[in-house]
Formats: sequence, structure tokens, C-alpha cells
Amino acid sequence: MATITLKDLVKAYGDTEVLHHVAADIQDGEFLVIVGPSGCGKSTLLRMIAGLETVTSGEVSIGDRMVNKLEPADRDIAMVFQNYALYPHMSVRENMAYGLKIRKIDKGEINRRVEEAADILELRPYLDRKPRQLSGGQRQRVAMGRAIVRDPQVFLFDEPLSNLDAKLRVQMRLEIRKLQQKLGVTSIYVTHDQVEAMTLGDRLMVLNGGYVEQLGTPIELYDRPATVFVAGFIGSPAMNLITVEASENQLKLPNGAYLEGGNDLGKVTLGIRPEHLVSDGIGPIRVTVQLFEQLGANTLLHGVLEGTDCDIVASLPGHVSASAGTVMCFSVQAQNLHIFDIQTGKRIGA
Amino acid sequence: MLKRVHFPASALPYLLVAPQILITVIFFIWPASQAVYQSFLIEDAFGLSSEFVWFENYQVLWDDDQYFDTFWRTIVFSACVAVLSMGAALILAAFADRVVRGATAYRTLLIWPYAVAPVLAGALWVFMFNPTLGIFPYMLDMVGIDWNHYLNGTQAMMLVIIAAAWKQIAYNFLFYLAAMQSIPRSVIEAAAIDGAGPMRRFKDFIFPLISPTTFFLLVINAVYAFFDTFGIIHAVTQGGPANSTTILVYKVFNDGFIGLDLGGSAAQSVILMFLVITMTVVQFRYVERKVEY
Repeated sequence: MATITLKDLVKAYGDTEVLHHVAADIQDGEFLVIVGPSGCGKSTLLRMIAGLETVTSGEVSIGDRMVNKLEPADRDIAMVFQNYALYPHMSVRENMAYGLKIRKIDKGEINRRVEEAADILELRPYLDRKPRQLSGGQRQRVAMGRAIVRDPQVFLFDEPLSNLDAKLRVQMRLEIRKLQQKLGVTSIYVTHDQVEAMTLGDRLMVLNGGYVEQLGTPIELYDRPATVFVAGFIGSPAMNLITVEASENQLKLPNGAYLEGGNDLGKVTLGIRPEHLVSDGIGPIRVTVQLFEQLGANTLLHGVLEGTDCDIVASLPGHVSASAGTVMCFSVQAQNLHIFDIQTGKRIGA
Repeated sequence: MLKRVHFPASALPYLLVAPQILITVIFFIWPASQAVYQSFLIEDAFGLSSEFVWFENYQVLWDDDQYFDTFWRTIVFSACVAVLSMGAALILAAFADRVVRGATAYRTLLIWPYAVAPVLAGALWVFMFNPTLGIFPYMLDMVGIDWNHYLNGTQAMMLVIIAAAWKQIAYNFLFYLAAMQSIPRSVIEAAAIDGAGPMRRFKDFIFPLISPTTFFLLVINAVYAFFDTFGIIHAVTQGGPANSTTILVYKVFNDGFIGLDLGGSAAQSVILMFLVITMTVVQFRYVERKVEY
């Protein structure tokens, strides 16, 4: 168990910098999720912590040790790979025992730990099988088992669930979370799936184009996104982002309607979550209905601001229907308005 | 009711395969059957008449200690060539697999020897090891080794083994490199995280995971050493000194075309033919099915 400190971390391939001055303090026992679209550098960051990629500049520390120059083997970490990376010529038992065997741990102890891990992961009946005789979910478990038996200071997960089907993914997600809480091992988990990120992480690091957009708890990210990117990335369906004119504590929508809030800033980006749009029949946000998605518990309305081509999505409780072309009126509470600088994308005000 | 399409019988398909069949019959089946027939004949000393003797030629070989010596020598030669060339190729491939810069240049250079004709490869080594002119005997002399493969049978054997192995390294290298590159990177990375150093990773992962390729190359190299090394031996030692580098295929040539014992030579080549057939069967049965790991 250990803290992880990333200090001003930079990765460059030749002249191309792919990670820009990443910094983070990860607490002992914390579950940090690194989330971002593909190509944002999240796997590279994880691999740098693992020691599989060199650090161009900056520092990675695990516990109190600066590990920049240490081999992966000496960092006391365990990693779960996207394709599981099981050793194809070894049985499940040998796969899990390998890391211990290398460390010359006594045979009885190895067996005890492997069987303990197998019990936790319900892998007992499969211990003598080869990886190719296992299903995707079982292979995933073996990969987890291989990490657990080592009893490392840090778990690293590189999109471990992306090869599983949707149902299994949800199930494994819960199991990973439970397991991590039970073992209390500091973990870093990389994913591109924002739902996975929200449910798993104590804290989330949102990466975009090699920059850290925001680092915080899931609720902080949801309630107070620091940038337009985070606002659009976290939450489903995605936040409505509208360019508005801010003047004299009023926000002028493209269709001419006014909302209260803001200050003298000129053009800004206004963000409103679909679930914060309240249909009250009198509100200033008039939306021309295009279609409804009936999800049962709630209904998603897709439409445009009346008289413009500015797309609006609203999430309404229960069953709602209206024919295409009808105009519905919404209002939104001032505390649920998010205002971002149109140039930098940074959040303005509270 | 299933409708069946019947094509009218036509000569076209036969015509299309005819060239291949013709080549096989003229260049393979016919000479092979001639060899089998020849092996049942004994010629008189002047080559004027021949007598059908059934298996007498084989009987003679069976009773001939020299033939068994040759057999044994061939096995030693093949084993040495296979181990030496596969071992060297394995090491080179392991390094080439880790090279990042200039990987293509390395690979190209390592593949070149394969393009050299066997006789030329032999000639190359003859010059380098020539006892009076060669660079290697000169250097060996400095450390007190007297090199003369014209007189020393062991040295002659070593020379043909090195020459034959050198030429085969390129081929083995290619296959080994391809096999290593087909191992998923993450498996090796997982092993590194599990604590295995480079040597340990090679021993525990890379080597076992390329074992199907090793088995395939073993068969290929055995066939190569048995049959394709004639040119090298002919160029380097002509089977000498005192038959110390005469392997089976060279003995077939020597007995048949130098000694003019056509029947005995044919019998030997028939035995070799069965050896090839056996190796091919082994290869098809095990290699095609892949070695399970």
C-alpha cells in the first residue's frame, strides 16, 4: 500500500509531446480512474507509472521512492492488461504463481496464496486449465488473480473490461470495486467509458489531448466541470452546450430568449444538463420537438431551440410524448447553469 | 429436391493440370523409379552388361561397416549443423527483436547469406580457412593451433559444419524473428512486471512460445544438412581427408560417379529417398497440426 505522486510528468516521442506536465497526488488506498477519449495519452500515462514507457521529464514516485529509473519488476506493482496478457502455455495456477515463483517464495506459501485468490475470484475449478480453455470473463478473473496474489503496493488497470460484453462488464465492474475496497490497494484504472469511470473511481482524472482537464471526485466533475470538455464528457446524455450572449446579468439565447445569470462577458458557452431542464409550460427555453426516445423510467427529448438549428436534449421523468414540431417550454434553475469562456473553454464563476 | 448441376465431361481440366503432372513424372517419378530399378542391378567391371540381383546391393550396404560409419557421421554432421545454425539464428533474432533503430538494415544484412549459392558459400570458407593463404589459420596459429583441414579430419568436419550452418542461419533467423514478433507484446510486458528479467523472459516465455517454430526448423534443417550440403562439401573438402567429411549424399555421388558402382549408389539413394519420405511424414503429422502448448 502506498501513495503515488506524479510530478510535472512529460512524455515526448521525438519532438512530439504527447503528455503535458501531468501532476497528481494519489492517496494510499485510493481508486483513481484516468478517463478520456482514445488517443488522449491515458494508456501512455499508466505505462509510464508501470515502467513500460520511459519518462521524458518529471517524476513518478510510489510510496517515498522515486521510481523513474526502476525496472517494472522493482516497482512493486501489478498490472491487468486489456487483452489480459495471460501466459498461453501455462495453466491458470502457473499463471498466478509465476510472479511469486520468480521472487523465490516458498512453495507452500505460493499454493496458499494462489488458492486464496482463486477462492476470492471463484476460479477453483479452473486452476489446472490453460487460458485458451477459459471464457473471456474467466480470463479476466485470472488476470486479476495474477495481480492479487502478488500483494503489490499498486494495481494498474489498462481498460480491463473493454473486451467483455455489456452485461459481464457491469458485473465485473462491481467486482473490481468490491475487491479493491476489500484489499485496500492503491489503484489506477484507465478507461474511455465515462460510466465505468464514474462508478469505479474515488477520483477521476479527465485527460484530453495530453492535458489534465480536471481531477476530482465524480460528483465534483458532474456538478462543477472545470472545462467545456469535461462538461461534455461526463454525464449521459451529454450536456447541452449553447453559445450565448452575456450582458447585465442576463444570458441571451440564440433564439432571443433571456435567462438570468452571468455577467458582462460578451460571448460565452452555456452548459445545461438534459436532466436539469424542467418542462413547466412557461419557461423561457422554447424547444421545437424532433423526436422522443422512450427509456421507460424517463424520456429523452431531442429538439432544437425554436427558430434556430441549435440542438437541445432534455431528459424528462416518466413517459412524455408530443408530435414532432410542437414547441415545449423549459426553465432551468440558476444554480444548474454552467458558464464557460468561449476561447479557453474554462469555467467562469461558481 | 436438390438440383444438381452436371458439367459436361471435358478435356479442359486434364489439360490444365497436365504441365504440372508432366514435370512431376519426368523429373521426379521417372528418375525415382529408375533409381529403384537400378538399385536391383549389378554392373560388370567394364560397364558392358548388368545383372538383376534383387536385394544384393542392399545386402552389401548392410554388411559394410563404412556405410554405417557414414550414416553415423551424417547424423553427427546434421545435428551439429542444425544446433549451430538454429542456435546462432535464435540469438540473432532475439537481439533483432529488441532493436528499434535500423531494424530493417539489420534484417536485410542477416538475410543476405541465404542468397549465396552453396558452392560459393563453400568457396568463401575454403579461402578463409586455406592453411597457407587463409586469414583464420594465420590467426589460429597465433594462439598455437595448427589448422590444416586437408590433413586433419576433425578440422575438416568442423569447417564444413561451420560453412553449412552459416548458410542456413539466414533462413532460421527469418522464421525465428517472425515467430518472436507474433508473441503479443503485452505477454512479455506482463512477465516483466511479474519480475522476470530479460534472460528469464527468454527462457520462460519466448522460447516456449516459439517451440512450434523450433520443431519446424529442426525438420527443415535436418533435411537441409542431409541433402542440400552437397555443394558445400564438394567445394570445401570433396569428402576428405580419408572420407572424414563424406556424408550419405556425398557417398552416393562418390560411389556412383567416381567409383562407378551404379547399383550400390542407387541403393543408397533409395535409402535416402525413404529417409526424406519419413521426415516429410513427420513434418506433416506434427508440424502441420502445430505443437500444442
